[in-house]
Amino acid sequence: MDLAALLALNVINGAASLFLLCLGLAIIFGMMRIINLAHGEFVMLGAYAAVLSANAGVNIWIAMLVVAPLFVGLVGLLVERCLVRFLYGRLVDSMLATWGLSLLIIGIVTTIFGNTMQGVPTPLGGFSIGDYRTSWYTLFLLAVAIVMMAIVYAVLRYTRYGLIARAVMQNPDMAAVLGVNPTHVYMATFSLGAAVTGLAGGVLAPVSGITPVMGGAYVAKAFITVVGGGAAIISGTLSASGLFGFVNQLGAYFTTPVYGEVILFLSAIVLIRLLPQGISGRFFKGTV
Amino acid sequence: MTISRRKFLHSTMAASAVLASPAISTRYAFGADDPIRVGSLLDQSGAIASSGVTMVAAIQLAIDEINEAGGLLGRPLELIQYDTQSNIQLYSQYAQQLALKDRVDVVHGGITSASREAIRPTFDRFQVLYFYNVLYEGGVCDRNVFCTGTTPAQTVEKLVPFAMKNSGKKAYILAADYNYGQITAKWMTKYMRDNGGEILSVDFFPLDVTNFGPTISKIQAAKPDLILSALVGGNHVSFYRQWESAGMKGQIPIASTTFGLVNEPSTVDASVSKDIYGCYGYYEELETPESTAFVDKLKSRWAEIPYISELTATTYEGVYLWAEGVKKAGTLDRMKVIEALESGISYKGPSGEVTLDGPTHHTVRNAYLAQVQDRKWNVLETFQDVQPSDTAMVCNLAENPNDNQQYVIDIDS
Repeated sequence: MDLAALLALNVINGAASLFLLCLGLAIIFGMMRIINLAHGEFVMLGAYAAVLSANAGVNIWIAMLVVAPLFVGLVGLLVERCLVRFLYGRLVDSMLATWGLSLLIIGIVTTIFGNTMQGVPTPLGGFSIGDYRTSWYTLFLLAVAIVMMAIVYAVLRYTRYGLIARAVMQNPDMAAVLGVNPTHVYMATFSLGAAVTGLAGGVLAPVSGITPVMGGAYVAKAFITVVGGGAAIISGTLSASGLFGFVNQLGAYFTTPVYGEVILFLSAIVLIRLLPQGISGRFFKGTV
Repeated sequence: MTISRRKFLHSTMAASAVLASPAISTRYAFGADDPIRVGSLLDQSGAIASSGVTMVAAIQLAIDEINEAGGLLGRPLELIQYDTQSNIQLYSQYAQQLALKDRVDVVHGGITSASREAIRPTFDRFQVLYFYNVLYEGGVCDRNVFCTGTTPAQTVEKLVPFAMKNSGKKAYILAADYNYGQITAKWMTKYMRDNGGEILSVDFFPLDVTNFGPTISKIQAAKPDLILSALVGGNHVSFYRQWESAGMKGQIPIASTTFGLVNEPSTVDASVSKDIYGCYGYYEELETPESTAFVDKLKSRWAEIPYISELTATTYEGVYLWAEGVKKAGTLDRMKVIEALESGISYKGPSGEVTLDGPTHHTVRNAYLAQVQDRKWNVLETFQDVQPSDTAMVCNLAENPNDNQQYVIDIDS
């Protein structure tokens, strides 16, 4: 029984961290069809921003929840203005350019901070379920994921900006005719996606190894989840990260971590084969 | 535009002459005073760079010191280092380049076992002497190759009984999922059984695993007395942090064959690294005169070096062992240098007296058992002149000079 509760927590933790990692990507990829191969590096920048500011004396919670998303949001703004805005509608070019960008970011961070980095301790400590121990931080990750989901949903569904953003994504020309400037919407949306990614990096920093190349470990899984989820940002990402988090964590528990990864990728292949439009292309049509 | 046959021949001849000219000119450029070329393949960027950058500094330091002392055989040394970018394909490519284009007299390099096995056949084929200066899983038996780092018989054999004495007889093994982790896990299993212990489970992790939640649950369900870790790389550091955040720190001791080879004790929080056991051929904290001088020289020249581990010290000693071999042979001829190195060359380096063992081409060297306290290694025990007995069980190049393979220990699970 205790073990079952612990496993449920593992699954929730896996799904919540996957959801956090993917949400920013889903905003950028799902809404603008830009394949941002520097997504992993945005995660890394968020982690670095959190760790550096925490080591400089900023409160750890402010560092993770405020500094990291703000900083990466600004980086996203810069990247959109200097690079990505020339590439809308050019899928292959955007992949190449953002891949180059990811190498550039890794290079810059390595040059400034070296190959390793002093991390921050994990806040909150642990608690017991029967004979087993796990960390409060797991539940904190879940809480952050839920709050982020609520915020993004509310913004897209109930605000004027959300309405305009969805309109621009559906038909930019028509939106422009109606008096909206699509470039501003793209800029804001890209920056928002980057900020959400930075937040993910910030909250994952205390439980990860911090290196300039850490983004590589996240990027493939994030893309698979977003593609598996389909076009709807919230319902798609949520259902796909729930599914993949579930099979990955239970696979890793009942077999080995190697098969945990294999099972994740296999189920992704099967899913894309059966539902080429992703989960939300079939089951949650028209949702956000 | 059409190209006549004559024009085509002219242009291709001119082009090939231009392309061939460096080869022709270098062929006639070698003379008695020209530098001896020392090749090096180490990762200065990418995932392994955290190890590689400091190793390049060590090799540069050794070469500069030898040059200041008058060089070798009256000739200066020249280092040709290629950044292999943590990419195995580049290892193969640059290995060919060192052997064929640069025509170096020796190569020091390779960090992961995967990289070593990628370039070892190249240097065998082109007959370029090769030094692999990194601790590894043992068993390489190749007359062209010298392995100067520690092997499991020198470290794991000491680490396992010590950790068992301070914990219990049931162990859980976590290891990286490539040849180093797989084979090291076998050695851990062997030494656990030799000391009357048992293995509850062996879990392997691809290098990009970052979430250790399921593993930490499994460990708790299995209730081991001890955790043995051969986890590798920045992503795997997550394990130690998630272990601590789950409140498991202090409940089950951890002994590792890899933790601290980069600078983990100082990058993770003191509460995360506290009490982890390690056994290596060198720690920056060693206080012999050779060690402190080595640390001073490296850190005053490269202020950004975070920590000097066994990887760096054995790289430095590897260059000096080779230099001693060349001095003794009095020539750069590959076979004569190999024979000189096999005759029992010694060098007193930062880690203590290091002697090359002729039959195995491995080193007899000191090993040090230590525990992390307050972000530093606290050396608990010193083992003098430990033999590479794992490789010696299977490899004897004095009797079988044509042997060329990596032996892997066989353990029935």
